[in-house]
Amino acid sequence: MNTLAITRTPAPGSPLRRFSNLLYRRPNLYLSMLLVPPLLWFGAIYLGSLLTLLWQGFYTFDDFTMAVTPDLTLANFTALFQPSNFDIIVRTLSMAIAVSIASAIVAFPIAYYMARYTRGKTKAFFYIAVMLPMWASYIVKAYAWTLLLAKGGVAQWFVQHLGLGPVLQFVLGIPGVGGSTLSTSHLGRFLVFVYIWLPFMILPIQASLERLPPSLLQASADLGARPRQTLMQVILPLSVPGIAAGSIFTFSLTLGDFIVPQLVGPPGYFVGSMVYAQQGAIGNMPMAAAFTLVPIVLIAIYLSIVKRLGAFDAL
Amino acid sequence: MYAHKTALLSALTTALLTSVSLQAAEPLKAVGAGEGQLDIVAWPGYIERGESDKAYDWVTGFEKETGCKVNVKTAATSDEMVSLMTKGGYDLVTASGDASLRLIAGKRVQPINTALIANWKNLDPRLKDAPWYVVNQQTYGTPYQWGPNVLMYNSEVFKQAPTSWSVLFNAQDLPDGKPNKGRVQAYDGPIYIADAALYLKTTKPELGIKDPYQLDEAQYKAVLGLLRAQQPLIHRYWHDTTVQMSDFKNEGVVASGAWPYQVNGLMNEKQPIASTIPKEGATGWADTTMLHAEAKHPNCAYKWMDWSLQPKVQGDVAAWFGSLPAVPAACKGSELLGAEGCKTNGFDQFDKIAFWKTPQAEGGKFVPYSRWTQDYIAIMGGR
Repeated sequence: MNTLAITRTPAPGSPLRRFSNLLYRRPNLYLSMLLVPPLLWFGAIYLGSLLTLLWQGFYTFDDFTMAVTPDLTLANFTALFQPSNFDIIVRTLSMAIAVSIASAIVAFPIAYYMARYTRGKTKAFFYIAVMLPMWASYIVKAYAWTLLLAKGGVAQWFVQHLGLGPVLQFVLGIPGVGGSTLSTSHLGRFLVFVYIWLPFMILPIQASLERLPPSLLQASADLGARPRQTLMQVILPLSVPGIAAGSIFTFSLTLGDFIVPQLVGPPGYFVGSMVYAQQGAIGNMPMAAAFTLVPIVLIAIYLSIVKRLGAFDAL
Repeated sequence: MYAHKTALLSALTTALLTSVSLQAAEPLKAVGAGEGQLDIVAWPGYIERGESDKAYDWVTGFEKETGCKVNVKTAATSDEMVSLMTKGGYDLVTASGDASLRLIAGKRVQPINTALIANWKNLDPRLKDAPWYVVNQQTYGTPYQWGPNVLMYNSEVFKQAPTSWSVLFNAQDLPDGKPNKGRVQAYDGPIYIADAALYLKTTKPELGIKDPYQLDEAQYKAVLGLLRAQQPLIHRYWHDTTVQMSDFKNEGVVASGAWPYQVNGLMNEKQPIASTIPKEGATGWADTTMLHAEAKHPNCAYKWMDWSLQPKVQGDVAAWFGSLPAVPAACKGSELLGAEGCKTNGFDQFDKIAFWKTPQAEGGKFVPYSRWTQDYIAIMGGR
C-alpha cells in the first residue's frame, strides 16, 4: 500500500485520494483515529479493571462458606474502621509520611551538590552512583538489609565500637520507634525504606535545582543576602515543586509496599500485606478490594495537597 | 449510563466466577496411553530432575518410562497453590492440609480411582483415609510427604531439650537466666492458632479442646487470649525460612516453631541447634498430590501418582526435603535417605502430630478460617 502511494500518485477520483481529502477536511476525524485506540486501551484495560476491582468491594463475603456472593453491601468499607484494620492504615500512613520527610532531608544536599557543583565526568559519576542501587533487584536489597541490621551485623558492630550501645538500647525502648532488636524495630524498617526510595527523591529535586537560574542567586548576593538567607528564601521555595514531586514517589511507593514490612520491622501488617493476605490466604476479594481503596484515597488527598505546593506548575 | 456499565461489569465478573465452579468430573475408569505432557504445581524441591544435585532425580526416569514430559511450576505458599489451581491449566498440585480442603470445597480438584494406582498398596496405613484428602468417602489424590512442625532451639541455651511449648507461650526465664522476651519466634500464618490450641488442649483440659482445628467460640476466645499474651514476647513472626535461619544465627533468637528443613540446614552449618517435639505434641503438614478437576493430561497424571508412591522416589524426596515418606518401605528403599533418615526426621512421632487442615465452620459450630485470618492479623499488630 505504502509503496503504491509513493510511487504512483492516485488519480483524483481514486478511493485513496478521496480518503486523504476527507482526513484533511475533517481534522477531528484524523485526531480521533489516532487517539481512540490508546484511549480504548486505557479505558478498558486500566480503568475497567480498576473499577471492577473496586466494585468487588461491595460484594458480600460469607464467613461460613468462605464464598463471595454478588449481594451488595457496605460492610467491607465500614470494616476498614475496625480498630485492628484502622491500625494498619495508620501504621502505613505514618511510615509513608516519615519516609517522605526523611528522604527529602537526605536527598536535598546531594541533589544540590549534583546540580551546582558537578560538571561533565563528575556529574555522570553522580548520576550513575544515584541510579546504581536501582540496577540491583529490590528483593536482594531488602534481604541484604536484614543482614546489615542483624544483631551480629555491620550496623550494630559500628554502634558497639563507637560506644553507642546504650544509646541504641534507649532508642529501641521508645514505643512507636523501637522494637526488640534493630532489625525488628520501626527504626530499622524506616532506614530500609529511606534507602530504597532515596533515588526517587534525589532526581526530581536535582532537576528542579538545575532549572533554577544562577542569576537569581547572584541577585540575592548582590542585594546583601547571607548564604543562609539565600538558601531559605530563594533556593528552598523554588525547589518545593521538585521536593513535592519526589515525595509523591516516596509516599505512594511506601504506601503500597508489602515486601520490606515483611522482612524488616516489628510484627503488624501494612496495607499492601493486608491486601495480599486477604485475597491470597482467605480469598476474601471484597475486603481486599476495600483495602485497595485506602491508598487510592490517601494518594488523592496527598496529590491535592502537593498541587497547592505547586508541584505541577512546571509540567 | 454509568449505572448500566457497572451493572454489566459486575454481571460479567459474577458469570466468570460461577462458570469456574460448575465442574464435577467422574473418576477415570482406566488409564490409557500418556498424553506426552504433565504440568505440576509443587513446593520448591519437591519435584527434582537432578538440576540442583545430580543424585536427586526422580523425574528423568518417569519421563523415559511413560513419555510424559514433566513441567513444574513451583509455588511458595499454600495460597499461591490455591490461586494457581483456580486459574487452571495444571494437572497436579502437591497441596498441604491447609490448602487441600479449600481445593476440594472449591471443586478445583477431582476424586481419583485408587484401583488404577498399583503402588497404592505401599501407602502408610496411618495416612489412609486421612480427613485432609478424603471427603465423603471419596479420595482426592495420593499422599506425597509429611512432616512435623518441631520446636527448634539453641542447644547452648537449652542444655536439655525443652519439654513444653510453654517456652514460647509464657513469659519466663530460660535456662541461661535471661528472660525469653524478644528471643522467641512464632509462625506468621493464621494456622498458628492451632499450635496455641494444641498447647491449651493439654495445659487447660477444662476447655475441652478435642481438635485444634475445630474450636468453638469459648475455646477460640481462650486461644486468642494466649496468643495476645504471647505477642510482646515475640522477636519476629517468621514466614521466610532463610530469614528465620539468619535470626537464629545473628539475632540471638533461641527458640521457635520450625520445619525440619531449617533444623537440618542449621545443623549442617555446625550451628548449636537441635529440635524436639514437646510433650503437648505438635502440629504438622501432610501433602497430597491432587488432580485438577479439568486436567488436560489425566493419564499422565495417574502415571505420575503411581510413580510417586514408589519407595525409592519417596525416600529420595524425603532425603532432599527433610520430610517423611508416605510409604514406609521408603525408609529402607533409599540410599540418599540412609538407614536412620526416617528416625531423624520423626517417623515415629506420627501419633503426636495434629495435621494441618483448613478450619471449617460446619454450619456455624466452629470458628471458620476467615476469622482465624482476621484475628491473627490483629494479634500480630498488637490488638
